[in-house]
Amino acid sequence: MLELVDLTHRYGTYHAIDRINLTVKQGEVVCVVGPSGCGKSTLLRSIAGLIKPTGGAVLLDGRPVESTPDNLAVVFQDYSRSLYPWLSALANVGLPLRRRGMSRKARDEAAMAALTEVGLGAAAGKFPWEMSGGMQQRVSIARALAYRPSLLLMDEPFGSVDAQTREELEDLVLRVCAHHGMTILLITHDVDESVYVGDRVVVLSKAPGHVVGDLTVDLPGPRDQIRTRELDAFVKLRADVGRMVRGMSARRFDNGMTHEVETR
Amino acid sequence: MGATGLLVILEVAGRTGVIDTGFLPLVSTVLARAAELAVDGEFLTHGLASMEAWFWALVVTIAVAVPAGLLLGVVRPVESATRPLIEFLRPIPSVALIPLAILLFQNPMHMRMSVAVYAATWPVLINTIYGVRDVDPLAKETLRSFGFGPGTVVMRVVLPSAAPFIATGVRLAASVAIILVVTAEVVAGGISGVGVFINTAGSGNRVDLMIAATAWVGLFGIAVNALLVAAEKRVFRWHHNRLAGVS
Repeated sequence: MLELVDLTHRYGTYHAIDRINLTVKQGEVVCVVGPSGCGKSTLLRSIAGLIKPTGGAVLLDGRPVESTPDNLAVVFQDYSRSLYPWLSALANVGLPLRRRGMSRKARDEAAMAALTEVGLGAAAGKFPWEMSGGMQQRVSIARALAYRPSLLLMDEPFGSVDAQTREELEDLVLRVCAHHGMTILLITHDVDESVYVGDRVVVLSKAPGHVVGDLTVDLPGPRDQIRTRELDAFVKLRADVGRMVRGMSARRFDNGMTHEVETR
Repeated sequence: MGATGLLVILEVAGRTGVIDTGFLPLVSTVLARAAELAVDGEFLTHGLASMEAWFWALVVTIAVAVPAGLLLGVVRPVESATRPLIEFLRPIPSVALIPLAILLFQNPMHMRMSVAVYAATWPVLINTIYGVRDVDPLAKETLRSFGFGPGTVVMRVVLPSAAPFIATGVRLAASVAIILVVTAEVVAGGISGVGVFINTAGSGNRVDLMIAATAWVGLFGIAVNALLVAAEKRVFRWHHNRLAGVS
């Protein structure tokens, strides 16, 4: 459903991503992992139509993305900045539904259903600043879910919450998205998370980012935080992905020059 | 406390003859005059005329300066094109424009409003521009990512985000407008207005009435400010709580 063809973007002279080719199938959960500064956010913004890539194309259901597509939602890492503090949780979740031409009543009902789905039905009237970080990120996940996108983009969605909340949210997203048959592209720097959440893990090199590995995660579902992580297959995959990420960011200094050292 | 102390000292100085009461009336005399003015029909008519000019000046200011500030804050080229004009107009003392306003507006009410609007526009305009520029890009990007166009982003994110700054500008403008309305009344005269009353009292050498009327203007300013501060705290609870680090 999503196809990236030679996707390239430069900010002035800075070359952020370089000829990324990637195909994501309907219903797949694909994790993109890479060292910091590998252009992950640039990649996400290009797919969402928030920036116009300088080269290549993004195809969604076969059509090139020129402005923000209708059937796409984004969950950003920084929930405190992406939720609107002057709106209650319910109003935050309901706001994007205006695009769907829904009545006020229908929007409130859909928002309430999504909040209930993420376990925040009782907190619908609260404001973001009355909530913990984990709750706020649940609200932004609910906002994306209520919109019923066919593609959900997530930019380090669990990067700013504590470890327990992170595990909870990972399972929540997997459960809810499987239930609605959503396709997910999740961007993370966390190798462990990418293997746990993904059906596939795509590894990017450091800038200019390009695809250096594309692994199928063949682990039994539904995933379980303890049992999945102790499987031999999980441990091996995590090591493989880790080596790829590490390999591309290792440096060797030679005559003051920096060279990429590939271990694969 | 400090103000009360000063008033007591002035009262004592007047009663003991250190200050000539013909030159500066006793504090108690002024307070008694002020109390009388509060129920004096003539003074109230003057007061209402000033308040009317002040109120409509503020309404016009908001109606002009907020949309203009939004435009200048959102569309950078417009801002850079008009910057020289703004930098030229802004330092002009509004009081210096009173003679021009007298020529331009036959109706004294319109004349006073025009001067007040000119002076009050700047705090609202500047605060709106900066409030709009300060809007978190991620907040705008979030709405864009759901496919909303620039118009919706301005109305649903930029305006509410900037609203606390705009409100502060309006509060400053309210004080400035009071000053300008009364100044225009004092300078240009007319039939009604607190400034006209103060002028008349002055020409009759009634310093006690002048000070009492001036005190009412000051009290009105304090009351308006307190009211607007309270309204801001209430309406922008989300803003203040966030700044206070409540999470």
